[in-house]
Amino acid sequence: MKTVSPFLELDDAPTVAVTFDGRTLDLPEGANLAAALLAAGEGVFRRTPVSGAPRGPFCMMGACFDCLVEIDGIVRQACMIEVTEGLQIARPHEAGAEDDT
Amino acid sequence: MTRDLVVIGAGPAGMAAAATAAEAGLSVALLDEQKRPGGQIYRDVDRAMVRRGAILGADFAHGAGLTAGLRHDRIKHLAGAVVWAIEEGFRVSYTQDGKGAQVSGARVLLATGALERPMPVPGWTMPGVMTAGAAQILLKQSGVVPRRAVLVGSGPLIYLIAAQMVRAGTPPLALVETQTRGDMMGAMRHLGGALRGFWTLAKGLKLLAEITRARVPRHTGATQIAIEGADRAEAITFHAAGRAHRIVCDTVLLHHGVVPNTQAARSLGVTHRWNTAQQCFLPQVDDWGATDVPGLMIAGDGAGIGGATVAEIAGRLAALHAACETGHLTREQRDARAGSLHRALDKDRAIRPFLDAAYPPFAQALAPADATIVCRCEEVTAGTIRAHAGLGCTGPNQAKAFGRAGMGPCQGRYCGLTVTGILAQANGQTPDETGYYRIRPPLKPVTLGELAAMDNPGQDAAE
Amino acid sequence: MDTDYAIIGGGVVGLSVAWGLLSRGRRVTVIDGDDGAFRASRGNFGLVWVQSKGMKQPRYARWSQQSAALWADFAAELGENAGTIVPLEQKGGYDLHFSEETLAETVEKYEILKAKLGGDYPFEVLGHNALRKEEPHIGPKVVGAILHHQDGHANPLRLLRALAADVRRMGGQVLTGKTVTGVTKPDGFRVTCADGTVIGADRVILSAGLGAATLGPAMGFKAPVRPQRGQVLITEKLPKLINRPSLIARQVDEGGIQIGATNEEVGLDDRVTQPGLSGLAAEAIAAYPALARAQLVRSWGALRVLSPDGLPIYQESREMPGAFLVTCHSGITLAAVHARLLPDWLEGTQAAPDLEVFSEDRFAVS
Repeated sequence: MKTVSPFLELDDAPTVAVTFDGRTLDLPEGANLAAALLAAGEGVFRRTPVSGAPRGPFCMMGACFDCLVEIDGIVRQACMIEVTEGLQIARPHEAGAEDDT
Repeated sequence: MTRDLVVIGAGPAGMAAAATAAEAGLSVALLDEQKRPGGQIYRDVDRAMVRRGAILGADFAHGAGLTAGLRHDRIKHLAGAVVWAIEEGFRVSYTQDGKGAQVSGARVLLATGALERPMPVPGWTMPGVMTAGAAQILLKQSGVVPRRAVLVGSGPLIYLIAAQMVRAGTPPLALVETQTRGDMMGAMRHLGGALRGFWTLAKGLKLLAEITRARVPRHTGATQIAIEGADRAEAITFHAAGRAHRIVCDTVLLHHGVVPNTQAARSLGVTHRWNTAQQCFLPQVDDWGATDVPGLMIAGDGAGIGGATVAEIAGRLAALHAACETGHLTREQRDARAGSLHRALDKDRAIRPFLDAAYPPFAQALAPADATIVCRCEEVTAGTIRAHAGLGCTGPNQAKAFGRAGMGPCQGRYCGLTVTGILAQANGQTPDETGYYRIRPPLKPVTLGELAAMDNPGQDAAE
Repeated sequence: MDTDYAIIGGGVVGLSVAWGLLSRGRRVTVIDGDDGAFRASRGNFGLVWVQSKGMKQPRYARWSQQSAALWADFAAELGENAGTIVPLEQKGGYDLHFSEETLAETVEKYEILKAKLGGDYPFEVLGHNALRKEEPHIGPKVVGAILHHQDGHANPLRLLRALAADVRRMGGQVLTGKTVTGVTKPDGFRVTCADGTVIGADRVILSAGLGAATLGPAMGFKAPVRPQRGQVLITEKLPKLINRPSLIARQVDEGGIQIGATNEEVGLDDRVTQPGLSGLAAEAIAAYPALARAQLVRSWGALRVLSPDGLPIYQESREMPGAFLVTCHSGITLAAVHARLLPDWLEGTQAAPDLEVFSEDRFAVS
């Protein structure tokens, strides 16, 4: 189910299931992850480690580092990642997202 | 892997350079962090044209010709390769598919393009605020368009994006433009040059007509721009035509020009000088794109903003130069091929003085109010930078040490020019006297695991 | 005279001494370089460190201990005066070992030093399991560690900024963007800068780091300091991963893991190199395997200011009495003694510390 999004999606591509912050989302396979999350109505990707302020995608070209998410324990730019089936996306370094080895 | 020429960036300059160099007989490595070639201007062009060519227009379609030129035996296209260090010699370190690797070559061409000029206004760090370029990338690559957006700032890119949004069926709520009638009047003296770039000008007028037909309100001479919202952008406020305005919206798209992405060039110590017309630092290059670092060239917007056509030509010129230096072309052959390119370059650059004067950067974003965040990563305000000037910081490196501006993962890409500007103003210095951040590897973050996997204790650490 | 003391060099060493002199009511002018100067004050590792210092010269070990002991009080006063906090944590630090042999050898050396210091050298040896209780993220390759209870770490950049602010607040003159070209003593001292600025002073302190090698000889100093490059890494901000600092890694107060450092004799070259970064990353991961997934966000090379034996130099010029050379490679550790005790030595009071072993006399005439 899709939340109301401030973004319109022109394409109608086949979707795959991913999880974001523990919730399941259906995102277009092969899409740019940051774009797909925005289109799915997810505007706040993370909170900053400095002040806890919310952040989302800003530049979409890998330069600003505001769209950071955590995948497989590594904090990465969502705008540089493609959506694949089963992707587990967490907010960076939040409780539970931490690797505890 | 060793190649005759290592090209970094697969936008118009890098693609044209790679193809031209390969045709001349050089072995080329072309590295780009995107999975598919095109750069930002022709982002994902091969797929995007099929899906939404009508919205993106004929200029965008031109990019498909450039990607076709990459299918050449002598070009090794390393897609999805994030370059994080370039050391003299040259040794280029990058990460691809989670693994660190290196390519070396005696010649490197930087074709790293442009970045949006940082536009620090109150509220610009909130979710829902993006660069106008980001909106265009969303449209090109993903077919995602904001429904209730306001475009804010100045420059032709705003009109292009507004027109594309109109075509996509979601016109922007408004254009809040910061340039004034006076800027346009002042720009008229450059019109002679602009008319040589007549087609560019005509295209701009056509876009404006599309925007007007869609009844998108335009406010010009806007000041006191601020974005309101709790956890995300909810409205934009500004002053224009003698009164305060407030527009409720979901998305704010900022743009007041683009500036060269100089990170890689700076990391190698290329000399940069302040350019008053473009209000940014430019790496110093000759007619072929050669820098004062032997073997290092720069082509495209990274050497000074000129746009896609200029970038493509500059890429070809740099490649010819490299082919001549490596003995693949004689000087005469090089010059014979370069003649028409140099002439085309002059013609295409002719419109820049007009555009620079007609659409200057938003003055209040060049000298933000004390409370406005300038360093997004470390959340450092303009007032803090001014306080550092009071503590004797004559340049941004001491200010960085004092207050962490520029220490975050973006490496100062979105605060560097602002911090230099604030310090220059506070200290009564020129931007050249003030200087810029010392840029060092990693140009982009790299995991320690990727770095460690490249550890080779037999290698002489001191070289 | 314009000032009682002209201090050449506005890094942590020069500013710490300036702060101490200003606290005693002296007039001070600090002459500092430009934004791009080699600045160990901006590139250091930030340890307030005792262990391994002065293994061959107990006086240096003692001097480091004195400073470590004075640091908390110094940082508190400085922070309060400057309206800021100088983050400091002194709950011990580790020397991590990857082999039982090196661990045993080091312990043996520490015992000898401990005896020379009359037993005041509080360290203990932690085996792997004991260490893991303290540092849950420690890796299996670490066989053990020496935990020295006098060790700690600070935020060196906050120290630098607080000193810059408080020296000004106390009335110190700080001239930035200057290059000192000459020091003469026709009557009082005259310090001349490249831009034509001339400062008259009763006394001059040369605390210009590597700059002392060029300025020193004309002032009657040997000033045998050389650069030694240290490459340093820092990661993205992470949740708490490292409890106590070591020479390999520490978690800074802002959250990043700082990893250091190489020791390279490469002259005045402060660049970083891929082999340097990779070697440091590999060692840090061997110590703390979870770091493999951490993103490196910054790295830098900084030049240590090293004397031939690695010890500080405190020397009054015989040719130009009233001119002092103050230089060391541990400006952060020694900041507290430089602020609190060195002024007595400069002023020649009854309370002056005995710094004879740190004079230039220990270096043969070259």
